[in-house]
Amino acid sequence: MFSDVNWTVFFMQLFFGLALGSIFVLLASGLSIIYGLLDVVNFAHGTFAMLGAYAVFVAVSLSGSFAVGIISAVAIVALIGVLVELFLLKPLYGKDPLLPLLLTFGLSVAVPDLVKIVFGLTGKPVAYPEGLSGATLAGPLILSNYRLFIIVFTLVILISLWLFLKKSDLGMIIRAATRDSLMVQVLGTNTSRIWTIGFALGTGLAALAGAIAVPMLAATPDMGVEMTMTAFVVTVVGGLGSLGGAIVGGLLIGVIVAFTSLVAGEYSNVAMYFCMAVILLIRPRGLFGESGRE
Amino acid sequence: MLELRGVNTFYGYSHILHDLSIRVKEGEIVVLLGRNGVGKSTTMKTIMGIQAPRSGEVIFRGEPIAGLPPHKVARKGISLIPEDRRVIPNLTVYENLKLGFLIREKDRDLEAMLETVFGYFPRLKERLRQEGGKLSGGEQQMLTIARGLMAKPKLMLIDEPSEGLAPKIVHEIMEIIKRLQQDGATILLVEQHAEAAMRLSTNLRAYIMEKGEIRLHGTLQELSTRMDEVERCLGAKI
Repeated sequence: MFSDVNWTVFFMQLFFGLALGSIFVLLASGLSIIYGLLDVVNFAHGTFAMLGAYAVFVAVSLSGSFAVGIISAVAIVALIGVLVELFLLKPLYGKDPLLPLLLTFGLSVAVPDLVKIVFGLTGKPVAYPEGLSGATLAGPLILSNYRLFIIVFTLVILISLWLFLKKSDLGMIIRAATRDSLMVQVLGTNTSRIWTIGFALGTGLAALAGAIAVPMLAATPDMGVEMTMTAFVVTVVGGLGSLGGAIVGGLLIGVIVAFTSLVAGEYSNVAMYFCMAVILLIRPRGLFGESGRE
Repeated sequence: MLELRGVNTFYGYSHILHDLSIRVKEGEIVVLLGRNGVGKSTTMKTIMGIQAPRSGEVIFRGEPIAGLPPHKVARKGISLIPEDRRVIPNLTVYENLKLGFLIREKDRDLEAMLETVFGYFPRLKERLRQEGGKLSGGEQQMLTIARGLMAKPKLMLIDEPSEGLAPKIVHEIMEIIKRLQQDGATILLVEQHAEAAMRLSTNLRAYIMEKGEIRLHGTLQELSTRMDEVERCLGAKI
């Protein structure tokens, strides 16, 4: 029924989808960690990703190295995350849960404007790093090296994140505090510090997503809005507060967007929301969401 | 070891604890008795720093601790074994125990401490790799006490360990609490059922609470000679 050409197109599109989905996975896992640990719905998540993209632009212009760019982007944005948590979010804990949401929403409006003032309205491009610019031939498939890099890189990050959460004491405390932070505090841990670390980890992952997306997209002040929305869709599809859900949801949405853009490009966002609506109707807590979470 | 002097605790506008004064000496078990909702758990939360008192003093080993956050109170050597158990459901039994041990930063010998704790709770040893949420109610209660022990506390606050458990398990847990005291632990025990506490020993001192106040105080032996008053406070025949 399908000709060879069709199969080639299918696998190419699947490959694009997985690369795009990898970026979504990084975004959503950060959002998920923040929500799980702090109960904060971070409307500025994409904004942190956007800051990551600009940090890469600056760092690459100064150093000429993409690796330095990525590392400094994560470090700078995680530091900004720490400051936001300490000075803006912390005073709001224990009050109306709407307040952190409004605060992050405010940041998502104000920060892009600051970026426009500093960097201007036009996008800032970052060249593909050396050695990752070409393509690799795999039979009839032409796989862009940079997209291959994104997939492998995301895999490495996820494995490290998993090892950190499962094997280290700090990771164990984070998992415990996600479920019962008062009990963790009663057992002697300063949970307020754990929240700061969690927020830094989440925003650092967002920065990573923005940073690796930048050679394909260029950094623009408003790129964060769409990234926030995508991160929310992925998190809702995968299940709030679940890392496995962020992974499966991210890849699923990435592949759906890639295939729709092949058939009808203008509907790729619609397809994403449609997928979310269907999942919510069938399984309101998302694919991997835990029921009865406190 | 622990003394509360004229403690008043509020939840918002509601005044829960009224001029509460209690005292726990080193090496003893003190029982806090009372009906549901008289402020027994609030007393525990006040000591632990979860709900700071508005006035009054909480003195632990000569040091005022009222107003300290829970993690600092824990670091002074007080371990709360809360009601409703609060096992971390997504952590294994081993991880739950380790979480209790992390407070002892200078103590690296986790294995030795685990062995000590398994001496009281041999059943947990077989369940080490299981998730806390998958244990039975009795096992969860044992895990909560064991987790509290991992911190080598100087004072244990045990809140309603018999709640919702089968009589056989309650008996088992009370035996363990008795052994803990024989081994030198100091315990403040909250109970709703006087008979469960009586089973520990009749020499224990007990405070009987009603409406956020201490109404009666004495050893269980002495209190049993004033049965009328006790039954009126507890609202039940004993």
